[in-house]
Amino acid sequence: MTILPLTTLTDEERLFQAAAREFAEKEIRPHVSAMDRDGIFRRDLIAKFFEQGFMGIEIPEAYGGSGGSFFMAITAVEEFSRVDASAGVVIDVQNTLVANALLRWGNEVQKRAFLPRLARDTVGAYALSEAGSGSDAFALQTQSREDGNDYVLNGRKLWITNAQEAGLFIIFATIDRSLGYKGITAFLVDRATPGFTVGKKEDKLGIRASSTCELILDGCRVPRDNILGEIGKGYKVAIETLNEGRIGIAAQMTGLATGALEQALRYAKERKQFGEPIAEFQAIQFQLARLATDVEAARLMTYNAARLKDAGKPFLKEAAMAKYFCSQVAERVASECVEVFGGYGFTKDYPAEKYLRDAKIGKIYEGTSFMQLQTIAKFLLGSS
Amino acid sequence: MKMAVCLKQVPARDAVLRLNSDSTWVREDDVSFEINEPDIYALEEALRLKEKQGGEVVVCTLGPERAAQALKEALAKGADRAMHLHDPAFQNLDAYATARALAAAIRQAAPDLVLTGLQADDDGFAQTGVILAEMLSWDHSTIIMEIQAQERALKVKRELEGGWFQWIEIPLPAVLTIQSGINKPRYATLKGILAAKTKPLQRLGWKELGLDEESLKPHQKITKVFTPPKSGKVEWLEGTPREVAQRLADKLKNEARVI
Ligand SMILES: Cc1cc2nc3c(=O)[nH]c(=O)nc-3n(C[C@H](O)[C@H](O)[C@H](O)COP(=O)(O)OP(=O)(O)OC[C@H]3O[C@@H](n4cnc5c(N)ncnc54)[C@H](O)[C@@H]3O)c2cc1C
Repeated sequence: MTILPLTTLTDEERLFQAAAREFAEKEIRPHVSAMDRDGIFRRDLIAKFFEQGFMGIEIPEAYGGSGGSFFMAITAVEEFSRVDASAGVVIDVQNTLVANALLRWGNEVQKRAFLPRLARDTVGAYALSEAGSGSDAFALQTQSREDGNDYVLNGRKLWITNAQEAGLFIIFATIDRSLGYKGITAFLVDRATPGFTVGKKEDKLGIRASSTCELILDGCRVPRDNILGEIGKGYKVAIETLNEGRIGIAAQMTGLATGALEQALRYAKERKQFGEPIAEFQAIQFQLARLATDVEAARLMTYNAARLKDAGKPFLKEAAMAKYFCSQVAERVASECVEVFGGYGFTKDYPAEKYLRDAKIGKIYEGTSFMQLQTIAKFLLGSS
Repeated sequence: MKMAVCLKQVPARDAVLRLNSDSTWVREDDVSFEINEPDIYALEEALRLKEKQGGEVVVCTLGPERAAQALKEALAKGADRAMHLHDPAFQNLDAYATARALAAAIRQAAPDLVLTGLQADDDGFAQTGVILAEMLSWDHSTIIMEIQAQERALKVKRELEGGWFQWIEIPLPAVLTIQSGINKPRYATLKGILAAKTKPLQRLGWKELGLDEESLKPHQKITKVFTPPKSGKVEWLEGTPREVAQRLADKLKNEARVI
């Protein structure tokens, strides 16, 4: 068996990475700063994501997708996030959470109904969190009551990424609060369902272009056929999807760190003080060298977790470690990137400060850093 | 219409170039490569013609092992098959010998139309396409900015100097050299990338092409490559602000050629 270095890409992976990078540079980059300022993700850009197949990377061709691997989805998230972490999370939620959950848990009828839409023109969102339940996700309060052949959902979801643009939502609700996590059930909900509304959009520190909204479920009637997985098994759907999703966030943070480092490198070569480019000073050189080392480590952890997943091997610990570590790296690199830019880095006229604002979310969503540490510790200590 | 596109892999635009030990070329081991820019436009033009009126697009490159990447990218974008002219004897060929080898491959593929880029971004000779046409005894036209296909002929728009254009009619078979900007090249999609795996990529050495060593002898040799020496030249312009501005604009345009 020949063992290849972790960063070795197949021909297909390399071509896809290059295409994603070129697309991000030419199509996303020109809009990044306006989208950040306005807090709006351009619809025409999302249409291009669909056109180029970035919204259905892992969806098999038989369902209208591209038929790629998890690693390829990770590659696209990384390349998009190098240019804009908001663009990164748009495709991340679509591919690693929504499409992934359907592929893993959907029955054939559901796959046929929803996967082609996700690949073609429908943005997906994943709604687990509520105002009162974040880290303690399974304390959620949204209820689903059986009524004939339907389930009627009542409650509110908070912090739902892509909600503004989405047409399809995976919503977690409980059939009976007294059952605890064993009451949790996942529903596929169309945006047009009566009783379903997308509420207030958050005004955020970072990833401002990516929409984060409240969902209001008021007598929202969902056919029984739209239950994803089994009744009472929604916790499994949530846990398993998020396990993979974490690698996506690790990729987002790796891409962001790469982008920030590139900006710092370019600026250090241009900016002159004391008669020479600041890149000539050893202090700056060492700072950049340390950051580049961090980014390399982040990428290796992300790729390893993604490769483990594609190989069908256990990856939970590695995914938690990757997300935990990469979100730290992203914040550190982005923060020091601001410093390399000096006063200019502190202003919105230069790209540095946005990377720092965008990096912060990496330690929070899809499980805070403490939650990742908890997962890692369980593996170390053998408890569960 | 059956079309062939000749493309070349050149050092990436953002590559940091260093000269090799005998200053005859850049050191290739530490640069990344990409498809020559005008060739990307040529490929796109061929794919669009195919989409409009059917046919086949064959891509063809002469280059070392790494050049297969360029062909795979072209296949991923929608080309139907690829020919890789790869042989130890093909090292350091000049435009003449390259065109000779390409001509042999083109005769095998027997297309109605050959598209090449206007010139290669690395050596910038702008010769290969034209010599290729001569070797095939086909008509050719250069610096093409638009193509309109007709029955057994093409109407093409050429870019001239100073913002002028020219429309000409050219019978098929023909060779056209394509200018950057003629269209908006597509990105390879993942579907296309995965589909490319099963498309034929043929590898041809000098024997398969029916060439002999004599015909590959270079007519031209690069003796030295160097970075332009920096010269500090200062010129004072005198006169009224209007005159000075006019002369400055003239110099920037016609001497420095920067505007
Ligand atoms: C921009 C954005 C997008 C989001 N997108 C989505 C989405 O698409 N879908 C979705 O379902 N959710 C989404 N979320 C929600 C996100 O997953 C939660 O915010 C996150 O899980 C944290 O929950 P919380 O905000 O309630 O914080 P809390 O759980 O209240 O945590 C507050 C603090 O307490 C710590 N803490 C909590 N419990 C423990 C413990 N047991 N031990 C030690 N420390 C602990 C946490 O680490 C944190 O530091 C998004 C959030 C944001 C901000």
